[in-house]
Amino acid sequence: MFNFILRRIAVVIPTFLGITVLAFALIHMIPGDPVLVMVGERRLDPEFYRQAMQRLGLDQPLYMQYLHYLQKLVSGNLGESLVTHEPVMAEFLKLFPATVELSICAMLFAAVTGLAAGIVAANRRGTAVDHVVMGSALTGYSMPIFWWGLVLIMLFSVHLGWTPVSGRIDLEFDIPAVTGFMLIDTLLSGEEGAFASALSHLILPAIVLGTIPMAVIARMTRSSMLEVLREDYIRTARAKGLSPVRVVVVHALRNALVPVVTVIGLQVGTLLAGAVLTETIFSWPGIGKWLIDSISRRDYPVVQGGILLVATLIILVNLLVDILYGVINPRIRHAR
Amino acid sequence: MQLKKRFFAVAVACAVTAVPALAASKTLIYCSEGSPAGFDPARYTAGTDFDASAETVFNRLVEFERGSTQVRPGLAEKWETSTDNLTWTFFLRKGVKFHTTEYFKPTRTFNADDVVFTFQRFINKDLPFNKAAPTEFPYASDMEMDTNIASIEKKDDSTVVFKLKKVDAAFVQNLAMSFASIHSAEYADKLLKEGKANQLNTQPIGTGPFIFKSYQKDASIRYDGNKEYWKKGDVLLDKLIFAITTDASVRTQKLQKGECHLMPFPRPADIAGMKADPKLAVMSQAGFNLGYLAYNVKHKPMDQLEVRQALDLAINKKAIIDAVYQGAGQAATNPMPPTQWSYNKTLKDAGFNPEKAKELLKKAGHANGFEITLWAMPVQRPYNPNAKLMAELIQADWAKIGVKAKITTYEWGEYLKRAKAGEPDSVLVGWTGDNGDPDNWLGVNLGCSAVGGGNNYAQWCNKEFDDLIVKARTLTNQQERTRLYEKAQVVFKREVPWTTIAHSTTNVPMRKEVQGFKVSPFGLYSFYGVSIK
Repeated sequence: MFNFILRRIAVVIPTFLGITVLAFALIHMIPGDPVLVMVGERRLDPEFYRQAMQRLGLDQPLYMQYLHYLQKLVSGNLGESLVTHEPVMAEFLKLFPATVELSICAMLFAAVTGLAAGIVAANRRGTAVDHVVMGSALTGYSMPIFWWGLVLIMLFSVHLGWTPVSGRIDLEFDIPAVTGFMLIDTLLSGEEGAFASALSHLILPAIVLGTIPMAVIARMTRSSMLEVLREDYIRTARAKGLSPVRVVVVHALRNALVPVVTVIGLQVGTLLAGAVLTETIFSWPGIGKWLIDSISRRDYPVVQGGILLVATLIILVNLLVDILYGVINPRIRHAR
Repeated sequence: MQLKKRFFAVAVACAVTAVPALAASKTLIYCSEGSPAGFDPARYTAGTDFDASAETVFNRLVEFERGSTQVRPGLAEKWETSTDNLTWTFFLRKGVKFHTTEYFKPTRTFNADDVVFTFQRFINKDLPFNKAAPTEFPYASDMEMDTNIASIEKKDDSTVVFKLKKVDAAFVQNLAMSFASIHSAEYADKLLKEGKANQLNTQPIGTGPFIFKSYQKDASIRYDGNKEYWKKGDVLLDKLIFAITTDASVRTQKLQKGECHLMPFPRPADIAGMKADPKLAVMSQAGFNLGYLAYNVKHKPMDQLEVRQALDLAINKKAIIDAVYQGAGQAATNPMPPTQWSYNKTLKDAGFNPEKAKELLKKAGHANGFEITLWAMPVQRPYNPNAKLMAELIQADWAKIGVKAKITTYEWGEYLKRAKAGEPDSVLVGWTGDNGDPDNWLGVNLGCSAVGGGNNYAQWCNKEFDDLIVKARTLTNQQERTRLYEKAQVVFKREVPWTTIAHSTTNVPMRKEVQGFKVSPFGLYSFYGVSIK
């Protein structure tokens, strides 16, 4: 296992390099530059433009800019935002907990409901319950996030008044950011009603962001369960007179979980991509909105740094998933 | 099943207990449209940045009357100019306190040092503070503050003298603009000594009606009402909170639900619903803006007056206003809005007349029409909510007189750069007034100095027109200037470098408990003088 992890880490290095090239190339391929965006409709004085581009180091050839970027990166410096002049890492760390909190809640929602739906559908294969559950999963998978978010807000927030429209907490609470995780910070603050407010603000965005992963998990759980339920050892377990619940949960589910865990791991990427839209709809101050704003302002260091950090995260999660395989299924661990 | 029941019970319980009520009675929550890039107004050009800093934390030497383009005394009580209009002396208000916060406690009141520091930043690149926090000042550069101010001197603690290189009739108006907000020199000194010069942009200190408290990017900005504000009676709120909400539909829903009191930039389609809501009021005002179509007079055949006249006559403005502005706009005649002083009321629009347009094309030797590029902006702007649709309507109108328009667009920054360089045959753009001076319309957008890189998208340099506006710029008598600008508008209308399309209506939806809000002609959102019932 240790060797396996080392090998995976070695593969990560060229992947990182590739990501830096890709992130750098993509943002520079978009027409316009930060100075043009800053000036907007104002008069653009050529001398002003020249000086600004020089100060930002954007007057140099692209390969030089890339090399400077790499040079900084090697020393652990992601650079400074061209707009706010704040270090990219500091901005990322301020906003990242919000995205993580939302993603964890979305994943919890997706995993709990997806697994439950998949198990129920597999056990009622071919019945109306199976069709309804799988039909709903397919609908969830095909749902445009933006539209789905607005529909839920209209229904639950505006018409029924059950949940807030957007944000992380009611603005009457001014919670100091200790960990950056609002649920934890509200508990630490001890302010009455703050935790409930933070939780109520999480419900809709977590459902919206978790809908697609939930559908994927439900479908994967169903097909994996169906496969396992046909196995001989399940028949044996039933023949031994075990209760149906014990057969499904203890014998079938554990083995059916291996592909499901893979899918859950892969959904991290989907969650972070979906977070961009979800954060925009729900005014959720996370890295998705931060990256979108930075792209529109051509804030090159932020976009490059942000993409690199997100990619790192996805790589790490995938590594973790690989390790988890071994924990769930000892055969895989021994094979490696 | 039990678990499921519990989950829903907790969720609903949480939701019900946390249904937000608008916070304490003297707190106003403003659903702003985006995160500011920073809090130093000198560095930026967008209303989102100015609302969060210049309109809340800062004051300027002179300021615009709320809801108007008229200038009133601000941190300067009065001012005078020399006979050659090159020397301007400002007499400063005494006893004005800078904000006391957790990060700065001022030891003195506002004085001439603060004014000198503020403007030295624009004109002196070697200023130690500029070296420590290098940045650009795009608006100051646009208004030529960086090149036209020869010197700025402190005569005594409450007197400051500006010397200009050339006469600028709009100088005082320019000083009222957001970018000219006055910083504390004492605070800047402190930051410089501590090696934290960039903090001027993240933790602002000003003399304005609201004291900056905290900012959470993409979430909220919090301010406290300034109890020691120099203008008594202007601060009627204990707290002001910007709830940053980028999506217009979500802003509307938050306003309807009572999660905020006021919002900018509603979607035109939502206005009727909000007007019908008994809890909401929609304040409307003719915008201080203009959406127009510029003809590149350096490209053939737009160099022919008859062709420009024909293209202008073929456009059905009423259809555009109905479809694009959804009724929330007024047809434009002049290259400035009717609320701008010196607007020539005697001018009439050529109207919609495709038959006459065909005749003019025939006369110009283009009876069979021609091909032309028509550039459509890729973004929404207050003066043009849907440029693509507008371009399609114009394309259809021109097709009826035999002119084939090819609609083109680019990314916004690239669009402006190419259009300023004179690439398109015809281009949809617009303008929102900066300072209430007529030169900000006629000089900035139509003057010869604005051709080739400036905002003169028509590349139109007419000597008769330019002589009039250049002369008007050197005068300070408003009556004399009005006469010259009125004449210039006659020349503009005769030469048709643009088809002026519409001035859009600015709609500001708010809860009915909001009192005293005024719509800014410049599209800014100010909350001094505003209270909650």
